[in-house]
Amino acid sequence: MTRMPENSSQPLLAVTHLSKFFGRQLGCHDIGFTVSPGEVIGVVGESGSGKSTLLNCIAGRIKPSNGSVFFNSSAGMIDLCRSSEALVRKIIRTQTGYVTQNAAQGLKMHISAGGNIGEKLMAGGMRHYGQIRKMALAWLERVEIDPDRIDDMPATFSGGMQQRLQIAANLVNSPKIMLMDEPTSGLDVSVQARLIDVLRKLVSGLNLSMVLVTHDLAVARLLCHRLYVMKQGEMVESGLSDQILDDPRQPYTQLLVSSVLKP
Amino acid sequence: MPLSYNFAYLDEQSKKMIRRSILKALAIPGFQVPFGGREMPLPYGWGTGGIQLTAAVIGPDDRLKVIDQGSDDTVNAISIKAFFKKTAGIAITEETRAATIIQTRHRIPETPLQNGQIMVFQVPIPEPLQFIEPKKSQTAKMHGFEEYGSMHVKLYEDIAKFGRIATAFDYPVQVHQRYIMSPSPIPKYDNPKLHRSPAVHLFGAGREKRIYAVPPYTDVVSLDFEDYPFELEKWDGACAVCGSTDSFLDEIITDDTGTRMFICSDTEYCQKKAGNTFS
Repeated sequence: MTRMPENSSQPLLAVTHLSKFFGRQLGCHDIGFTVSPGEVIGVVGESGSGKSTLLNCIAGRIKPSNGSVFFNSSAGMIDLCRSSEALVRKIIRTQTGYVTQNAAQGLKMHISAGGNIGEKLMAGGMRHYGQIRKMALAWLERVEIDPDRIDDMPATFSGGMQQRLQIAANLVNSPKIMLMDEPTSGLDVSVQARLIDVLRKLVSGLNLSMVLVTHDLAVARLLCHRLYVMKQGEMVESGLSDQILDDPRQPYTQLLVSSVLKP
Repeated sequence: MPLSYNFAYLDEQSKKMIRRSILKALAIPGFQVPFGGREMPLPYGWGTGGIQLTAAVIGPDDRLKVIDQGSDDTVNAISIKAFFKKTAGIAITEETRAATIIQTRHRIPETPLQNGQIMVFQVPIPEPLQFIEPKKSQTAKMHGFEEYGSMHVKLYEDIAKFGRIATAFDYPVQVHQRYIMSPSPIPKYDNPKLHRSPAVHLFGAGREKRIYAVPPYTDVVSLDFEDYPFELEKWDGACAVCGSTDSFLDEIITDDTGTRMFICSDTEYCQKKAGNTFS
């Protein structure tokens, strides 16, 4: 993805000096970046480099030890780390989406696919069954799941379908930003390709911002405008995706790029 | 009355603690107040929550009615009545109008309740959000921040599966435009009786150690969808005993060839309507 979105005056998300310590253990340290509307940011690095910790801090799932996460919500620029829990929960619920690596965490496995997609709509106050149903069917189609399976439990879905369902369930109330934690890990390559294909279509169609955490550099290249490289909790390099992947400057990034297997 | 028991079994400190929780519950309609549930001389699931509430609010002048499945003379109802007769020496009645406290397991009596009466419900599962969110820490927050949209997911699943809202009992309600509350295992037929009821409704969950309440004249609205509104159960026939067409009917199978009859679940109402008098 080479086309960059137009620069808008204010970023959608601005992370400044974000640190998280688990006791004496470092999660991530002094991280700062911004995401413009419509921009897809990738955070890459090996396992244990603090990628998921960073994402969880942004999503309000863990409280950072230091720093701020500013979100350009419909109520103005808000620091998610220093606002009331009621407000933060509301913003997280209505204006962000969160896709986990393990679909069982992001989906309610004992509720049908339609119910999973409809949950955010009903949480947003929609009280018309017919409309909820219609939107659920439309979204199943958009993520390439057979609409006939609307009443099936996600447990009966394949891994790739569960992941696409999770994406639909998160996008249905049109959030401003999607936070994705290794959405393609654990899927085989052809299923990955289909998921990426669906994601690319959605991202360009909805002008959606995204923070994508992945260790898969191929996925990062296909989806992200800009990349941030993390190592042992710190940001070591950042730049345009192609620039980072084709001409890495830091030794760690060079190692990361060169360790990708090429068939 | 044997002197070995304190009045109404529980010691005064315990009753005081329960009364405090009741007052808090009445002040925040539909909110589940934790309380220090005591061991009672009957198993969890048989009405330990209800019996503690009754013990806390009962006085020497009260007349107690206990119903189980709408009936005044099932084992549970008779045992609880005997318990309070023995430990509190209070008057027992089967007549809804004469009772000042009515402890119940599944029904609200058909006879309209009056101001001054107290309904005590035995609640097995006080948390209506449990189906959606099994974590108690999360449901507490959902109640606190009024994040109730997902409650409709349960109803959505019903319609998707059965073509209608198939939830027939423990049908979730919103109390006083704020808290979502489980009306305990009463049939949804009884939900409208809670709405703006002149009586006090107290709910006690013994195992889960929660008390909640609906004060008199409080709005209690059953959740539904715009295109699938809340509906009451309907029966084709009338009660085989009293001929009532406006009460909750139980289906009774009378032989092994499929012969069925319908009779009122509320035995007191049925007997009265059939013209039987009480001794």
